Amino acid sequence: MSLTENELASIRENPYRADFPLLAGNPGLVYLDSAATSQRPRSVLDAALRFYETMNANALRGLYRLSVEATAATEEARSRIARFIGAADPAEIIFTRNASESLNLAARSLGRLLLGQGDEVVISIMEHHSNLIPWQQICAERGATLSYLYLDEDYRISEDELAKISPRAKIVSVTQVSNVLGVANDIAAIAARAHEAGAVCVVDGAQSVPHIATDVEKLGCDFLAFSGHKMLAPMGIGVLWGTRALLEAMPPFLTGGEMIDSVSEQGAVWAPLPAKFEAGTQNGGGIVALDEAIAYLEGIGMAVVERREALLARALADALSALPFIDIVGPAEGERHIGSVAFNVRGVHPHDVASLLDMHTVCIRAGHHCAEPLLKHLGQNSTCRASVALYNDASDIDRLVDGLENVWRVFNG
Amino acid sequence: MAELDLYNAQFMDHVHNPDYKYQMEDATCSHEGINPSCGDELTFSIRLADSGTIEEAAFTGRGCAISQASADIMSDLVIDKTPEEAVGLCRLFMGMVRGEITDADELERLDEAVLLRDISHMPARVKCAELAWRTLEEMLEKRCPDTASAEVGRHG
Repeated sequence: MSLTENELASIRENPYRADFPLLAGNPGLVYLDSAATSQRPRSVLDAALRFYETMNANALRGLYRLSVEATAATEEARSRIARFIGAADPAEIIFTRNASESLNLAARSLGRLLLGQGDEVVISIMEHHSNLIPWQQICAERGATLSYLYLDEDYRISEDELAKISPRAKIVSVTQVSNVLGVANDIAAIAARAHEAGAVCVVDGAQSVPHIATDVEKLGCDFLAFSGHKMLAPMGIGVLWGTRALLEAMPPFLTGGEMIDSVSEQGAVWAPLPAKFEAGTQNGGGIVALDEAIAYLEGIGMAVVERREALLARALADALSALPFIDIVGPAEGERHIGSVAFNVRGVHPHDVASLLDMHTVCIRAGHHCAEPLLKHLGQNSTCRASVALYNDASDIDRLVDGLENVWRVFNG
Repeated sequence: MAELDLYNAQFMDHVHNPDYKYQMEDATCSHEGINPSCGDELTFSIRLADSGTIEEAAFTGRGCAISQASADIMSDLVIDKTPEEAVGLCRLFMGMVRGEITDADELERLDEAVLLRDISHMPARVKCAELAWRTLEEMLEKRCPDTASAEVGRHG
């Protein structure tokens, strides 16, 4: 459905771009690759700097004021993140480097807890390699089978497909939003089906948590992984949320300093949550910056963010659909897209499209988007992908269209 | 920006009207090169004359414009060269697109392939530009060591 006058007017306005130094400093830059990594607002960059300028000390260990402050800042961030995703208990928030590490933690630790010979892990065909290779690895190690939920012609995981989840399944791990197609999965239904089969449900929230209000209670999942760098925070800070009961039952992932209560020559007693899963010195600057990134999003309101990004995604899908030489890979309806739209320029390799757009300072992604099995399933070698965030506006989409028309002219005279 | 010139008319002519993109009959050797991350696939073939020089060069396959244009330009360049000369040109080309060789006099030996020099500012596309040259170098060095042999390479 095309945008109304009012909707269009709202995405012609852009009160956010000025908050982002990289965008504000490059007026001609069209950044349509937020699904790869977002830009960061000044307040977030300042928060990271402030940590090192005013409270730099190793959290947890120190008995002096600076360290106590660093610890308090870390725990405040943990509480805010828990609130932001609807988690009841901040101790269920584990800091990691990124969603990849979160998913590796889940696969390794849960796999060691739950998987045996002949058991099954179920993932979807639309997974990013980060929610695929860790399961391949742990399945091979434990003698378990990795099986897939496939998409119907409407790019959905149907009820029939969900019915394939067998009692042998111990873990079901799916993405909430595809990093290629931008389509969302019905996590509540998948989690319910997983639980019915006696399996634990892990969710890759890397492409959803930054863009839509998240409530783990409503999702009904047991784990949620996401990255700070896709939600306005710096690179190198991520989160794994998990239910207390499972996190307490799971063996640790990384071991070493900070994650123990006591150590003897031949053994160790793990620290309680969350420290048990946070070996070594944590990314203090990243943690407070993630806290600030969430404060920035909450300041705008996730409902406002969600609505603006939905309008941008619809405008993007509409603009691409209107170009006769573009094939959208995924549903044509803009309403189905959260953040990303994948497409091809007919007869032109996506890498040529991206290079030619780059010459007009339009940044998009081209390639297999770390989802090779999905592209193979769709019969594609690679695709272009444009993705939006709240700091984009309608002019970015206009510039993309101009750039794509130029690509078509270069290749077709 | 210098890269703006890359997809110019001369370059696009190699993409749209390649002179050397065909299946060669009676090749002396053939070799396949791939860029798995891009899906570029290219099979390069040569036929050697009795004198030992390359008398025919051709390729088949698919890929981005840069990999295809680069293969066509390379084919034209290596005809009438000895395998040793061709390997030298492959290395010179790869040095150019990686930004390691910038001396204009030296690069003159690459003739029309100098069109692709700006690839050195586009690190993500270096492997596209190199594909044909890497494939030929590999073929001449490993797969087709005996220039008198009529053996077809492993992938041929």
